[in-house]
Amino acid sequence: MSSLDELYRRVIMDHYQSPRNRGEIEDADATIQLKNPTCGDQIRLQMKIDDGKIIDCKFDGEGCSISMASASMMTEAIKGLDVNDALDLADRFSKMMLGKDVDTEDFEDIEALQGVCKFPARIKCATLSWKAMEKGINECGCDHDHK
Amino acid sequence: MIDKEIRKLFPTLNQEINGHPLVYLDSAATSQKPIQVIEAIDNYYRKINSNVHRGVHTLGTWATDAYEGAREKVKNFINAKYVEEIIFTRGTTSAINLVASSYGRSYLKEGDEIVITYMEHHSNLIPWQQVAKVTGATLKYIPLQPDGTMKIEDIKATITDKTKFVAMTQVSNVLGTVNPIKEVVKIAHSYGAKVLVDGAQSVPHMKVDVQELDCDFLAFSGHKMSGPTGIGVLYGKKGILEQMEPVEFGGEMIDFVDLYDSTWKELPWKFEGGTPIIAGAVGLGAAIDFLQSIGMDEIEKHEHELIKYAMEKVDSIDGITIYGPKKNHSSLITFNMDGIHPHDVATVLDTEGIAVRAGHHCAQPLMKWLKVSATARASFYLYNTKEDVDAWINGLIKTKEYFGYVFS
Repeated sequence: MSSLDELYRRVIMDHYQSPRNRGEIEDADATIQLKNPTCGDQIRLQMKIDDGKIIDCKFDGEGCSISMASASMMTEAIKGLDVNDALDLADRFSKMMLGKDVDTEDFEDIEALQGVCKFPARIKCATLSWKAMEKGINECGCDHDHK
Repeated sequence: MIDKEIRKLFPTLNQEINGHPLVYLDSAATSQKPIQVIEAIDNYYRKINSNVHRGVHTLGTWATDAYEGAREKVKNFINAKYVEEIIFTRGTTSAINLVASSYGRSYLKEGDEIVITYMEHHSNLIPWQQVAKVTGATLKYIPLQPDGTMKIEDIKATITDKTKFVAMTQVSNVLGTVNPIKEVVKIAHSYGAKVLVDGAQSVPHMKVDVQELDCDFLAFSGHKMSGPTGIGVLYGKKGILEQMEPVEFGGEMIDFVDLYDSTWKELPWKFEGGTPIIAGAVGLGAAIDFLQSIGMDEIEKHEHELIKYAMEKVDSIDGITIYGPKKNHSSLITFNMDGIHPHDVATVLDTEGIAVRAGHHCAQPLMKWLKVSATARASFYLYNTKEDVDAWINGLIKTKEYFGYVFS
């Protein structure tokens, strides 16, 4: 597999072309807008959180294949998760981006983003939505009142 | 005559990136440096290094001569009338900020208008937004035509008797538009307004004569014209600079210091507080010598031919949008490929050793005007060749094929 194929895995391009959970939540508990100032990528992530659980999650934004696919995969993965489990997933995702060995058993599609760590200039694209999710959970304080 | 031999003078160009010879198409961000510049800086630190304008010792004299000698070279390069009109700064951004902080905040007031354009780099936009906020002056934009140029009638209609300042780039770092600065200056001066020209993308590529343009200020960076980073120039007309207060206070810029008051040195040193960027100035001087040894007309001609060739080639690929005017285009091409984000374009090109820029190019209002969030840009300089253009074109075709395949 060439290095490009490692970056642009088929499942990534599938999420890019047919993003999951793209849209708006009208009564969201957390709405986060994040921008990557160096390149102009932007994302709006919304979460509906009930009793420490992410019951719904949607995103909208503009950006490259990696940033949009990563957002799409993330929303799929965190829907239904406990906020602390979502933060744990985000932590392991960041580590994977740094090229570290992490437990990827529950990663499913996300694992396809592993190749990004070989393209240092693109890591920020992949982590944008995850940063938004962490910010959203931290800001609404729902990581403290649960568990 | 510029030929391929010139590339050998640039050590960075003679290497492989990702298994391919480097094709550097990002000179609008920063240029590569010829061996003459690298050696001049090396020589300065090996043999001359000392502080300027103070030591009685011989080394101090050598350093002062080298630093002030560089100023003289800049003066001749842009044909300024007096050497004291040349102020060394950290770059274009700090040069523009100096004018905004000093002239802008002292001489502009509520009701005054500052005229700028949609194509300004953030560095020639935000300083004026700040001046407007602090002084109560209003920021006005000259409308853009769909091809990224401005009509003289629109320029005339925007600049009025309320206009006190016009800040405009000579060449757009995104659209490649070359603005009619000489006419703009005439119009602005007829209302008594001052004009600052952002020369970051023009001075490295063409002959810029400040007396001919008659602009009041010109700002540019050393690192985009084969000089080092960290050095730039503010040119200002002597009479105006004399009226302006310094913005940085401390060593090097003072005349007499008392307990409660001080006086400033004369031009240009009153604007150069602290130990100046000596090695940077020496490097810039060497860059000017280098560019002049080739000739600015020769450089302009070479880039003009290159861009003509590149435009024809890129036009033949389907699904590529080119931004900016078709004619009188500077040596950069900003583009987008249908359905492929510019980051993805830049990544595929990089795997082929081709360096292009992707993003908003520090011109977010312009991106909004273009109705895109980002674009890709290939920018050329004197060391680029038709082979570089060919490599870029082949890279674009490969990018298209690659994403055609992964999307299928």
